[in-house]
Amino acid sequence: MGTQTLYDKLWNSHAVREEPDGTTLIYIDRHLVHEVTSPQAFEGLRLAGRKPWRIASMLAVADHNVPTTDRTQGITDSISRLQVDTLDSNCDELGITEFRMSDVRQGIVHVIGPEQGATLPGMTVVCGDSHTSTHGAFAALAFGIGTSEVEHVMATQCLLMKKARAMQVLVEGTLGKGVTAKDLVLAVIGKIGTAGGTGHAIEFGGSAIRALSMEGRMTVCNMAIEAGARAGMIAADDTTISYLKGRPFAPQGELWDKAVDYWRTLHSDEGAQFDKVIQIDAAEIKPQVTWGTSPEMVVEVDGNVPDPARESDPVKRSSIDLSLKYMGLQPNTPITEIRIDKVFIGSCTNARIEDLRAAAEVVRGKHVAANVKLAMAVPGSGLVKLQAEREGLDKIFVEAGFEWREPGCSMCLAMNADKLESGERCASTSNRNFEGRQGPGGRTHLVSPAMAAAAAIAGHFVDVRNF
Amino acid sequence: MDKFIRIDGLAVPLDRANVDTDAIIPKQFLKSIKRTGFGPNLFDEWRYLDHGEPGMDNTKRPLNPDFVLNQPRYHGAQILLARENFGCGSSREHAPWALDGYGFRAIIAPSFADIFCNNCFKNGLLPIVLDTASVDDLFQSVIATPGYHLKIDLEQQNISTPNGTMYHFEVDAFRKNCLLNGLDDIGLTLQHVHEINEYEARRKSEAPWLFKES
Repeated sequence: MGTQTLYDKLWNSHAVREEPDGTTLIYIDRHLVHEVTSPQAFEGLRLAGRKPWRIASMLAVADHNVPTTDRTQGITDSISRLQVDTLDSNCDELGITEFRMSDVRQGIVHVIGPEQGATLPGMTVVCGDSHTSTHGAFAALAFGIGTSEVEHVMATQCLLMKKARAMQVLVEGTLGKGVTAKDLVLAVIGKIGTAGGTGHAIEFGGSAIRALSMEGRMTVCNMAIEAGARAGMIAADDTTISYLKGRPFAPQGELWDKAVDYWRTLHSDEGAQFDKVIQIDAAEIKPQVTWGTSPEMVVEVDGNVPDPARESDPVKRSSIDLSLKYMGLQPNTPITEIRIDKVFIGSCTNARIEDLRAAAEVVRGKHVAANVKLAMAVPGSGLVKLQAEREGLDKIFVEAGFEWREPGCSMCLAMNADKLESGERCASTSNRNFEGRQGPGGRTHLVSPAMAAAAAIAGHFVDVRNF
Repeated sequence: MDKFIRIDGLAVPLDRANVDTDAIIPKQFLKSIKRTGFGPNLFDEWRYLDHGEPGMDNTKRPLNPDFVLNQPRYHGAQILLARENFGCGSSREHAPWALDGYGFRAIIAPSFADIFCNNCFKNGLLPIVLDTASVDDLFQSVIATPGYHLKIDLEQQNISTPNGTMYHFEVDAFRKNCLLNGLDDIGLTLQHVHEINEYEARRKSEAPWLFKES
């Protein structure tokens, strides 16, 4: 076999058959399902008279449409309710494991998969959701698919694919105090651009990646798609293995030992070749803040909003112009002078316990600034919420003037009632600052949980390292 | 899936980079449980002056006259000319469903996001990658010439312009065959049931923990 990358190992171990042109049938181990991208796939399956190939590979949860406020009244928006009801009835009919809205295990699909141990090293993991790259943090080949592919996986347990090129992002050194996995991945996106990883699978490596917790690694892989790569991944190590031990869907006893032996092989071999290598010095990364309407439009917190006049490429200049107009920003404004209206701590990028701890640490004993109309902390799952409450984080947030909510995707994409009004500016721990993403006309600045928390207290962006 | 062999269609230029799938079809329309009906809400936030919600009568909404799709000279366009990284962001297949529902059959750009590109092929929509200089030329020609039609021939893998310029494009051989014949991927895969079963049996003995019943 020669030396292999982690991606080679994952690909080769799932190849069912390969055509001469390289089109490969790839077997899928875990199929995560949510309410938004699955109804048409279930319907297609039914119309064709097909049944899911392996129901035990599926795990379903409603996360996009669920309210994050009092759930005892159900979902008031009838169209949202129909979508969630449709998932419930599809799962009932076919016997698919689903965490319902009233289940404490319910949450964002990319939080609950790993939390349950449903995501394991060496797996192929898919979901009709681009942030499925998150699960690559466990040395899994995980990527988002469209609804036709959701139906294809249901019907055949496989996908037809061509192998991507391999990219390695090496981050060596130590992240400074107050600099997090979110800043690291935003810095990577700023460096390679939102299309920098297109056509590639990215493996993140180096001492700074190895030093991250599983939560941090998930944040990094989550945003691989924001660099254009369908899949991001990180080698399995002790951190991975100890995170998984004892989780409900993880193997136990002898099987656990056997699995661990295999998982320890899930890394790129010494000398493995990548098509592209990017190197970043962890010590140079500062807290990051996006200023525009694409995640690559990012600067360091002590930087300024860019000046389109200094951009020579006409397409890029026009993008900057359009973004500044949409964002209501003037060129050369210092980032720390940008005042905010709302704060959102949550999403599949940053709604895990470590994220909530980091934000709570910043707001402890302080209060949200008067100009901030709403600050919300939305845990990634019911179990994250319980854990946070056990640690008293909910009280810290509430005393600081935050709203403490029920788990779900919430204001990351505003499919439920949580959204920005037109013109409102938000410090958000989510993953996309696209136009209208958090509500029509809403203006999103992507930051880490600690940076969002500090902005909530100050009323404008501040460098959390001096806060 | 509809076959795609050749088309002769009006081209419309959408001159911005990194057009994301949230812009192609905003999230409020993703609440639908159907595959059709997304065309009227394609590029909703750019196309209309008011805020769109599912269930509205789109024919009564105020159009944004500055948005290129609303200019009369581009009515009936079937070919979208776009900039780099078209279709980035969310994996929502509602984006190609909306483009298809509007009447587009092909998109020409210097690059596409991976998931979007895949989703197009599954819906009989042809994403064509041309180099940036060729795309620049096409933008200039389309803008300068009302009624600018392009002929796209998938079999020959070329685009021809009214003045006879020809652009060759690459397309994955497997995807091309599926489009030309309107083939359904699932049907193709199910021809290999035997191999999938064999793989599964082998994998179960190698890595039994992957087959734990939940």
